[in-house]
Amino acid sequence: MSKQPFINDMTVGFKLPVLVKHPTPRQLVQYAGASGDFYEIHYDKDFAVAQGLQGVIIHGALKSAWIAQVVTDWMGAAGLLRSFSVRYRDMDVPGDTLTCTAKVVEKDDAAGTIRCEIDLVNSEGKVTTTGEALVELPAR
Amino acid sequence: MTTPTIITPAMQAAVGVVGEQQVATIEHGAILRFVEAIGDTNPSYPNIAPPTFLRSLGRAIPELPDAESVPRALDGASQWTYGPPVCPGDTVEIATTLHSLKEREGKMGAMLIADYVTLYVNQRGETVATQRNTVIRMGAQT
Repeated sequence: MSKQPFINDMTVGFKLPVLVKHPTPRQLVQYAGASGDFYEIHYDKDFAVAQGLQGVIIHGALKSAWIAQVVTDWMGAAGLLRSFSVRYRDMDVPGDTLTCTAKVVEKDDAAGTIRCEIDLVNSEGKVTTTGEALVELPAR
Repeated sequence: MTTPTIITPAMQAAVGVVGEQQVATIEHGAILRFVEAIGDTNPSYPNIAPPTFLRSLGRAIPELPDAESVPRALDGASQWTYGPPVCPGDTVEIATTLHSLKEREGKMGAMLIADYVTLYVNQRGETVATQRNTVIRMGAQT
């Protein structure tokens, strides 16, 4: 857990620490069980191929958990995630290395909030998933 | 303006329909299993639930009529707005509305874009989260 960030110290362009994930087929099964999303395209290769996919793909909701995590890892116990959104542009597969990056694109001093843009990037450098988060930070 | 080719009158009539309301108790162990699965060791969990945990409570999506014409479904986007935190022991009421239907021509053919809005309300009547979720549906693989 990093130390508490304050709204006073935020500037547009500030980059949050990156979050790197190494999803495995096992994790997809684990997430299916924990989330209750048992759609077969996430763990049954034959089913996924019959659906026109190359193989099993990562749950969009699991990627959205990581899009949120890159922000919650950083915002500290006194930070509040007010809202966040995620848009799936492309599919991701287990075995790849996925990196979440986030930067501050807007700051509202009166509200004590920042808006972050978040990218989830695969190992080929392609942005497969994008997100936005509105975070309230304490003042110093 | 193109004439809709996917959205049937029965589908259109389902816009605004609310799925069956569900009630879920937030369990400590369920949050633990969830954060293990996503790989998140934030010390705030499981005393509060992580942002996307609510999705694991399940939600009764109102039935889409004529869905057999667009059997392939993919998650397109999600937007969450949060109120007070969700904690173990809370009871959350969940209701999902089919908010809108649109169609669009994509690289994999004609697509149905279904927007659902899910409200999560705790035992104190506080809206702890609103989720807007876009599901993309397509015709069978040819």
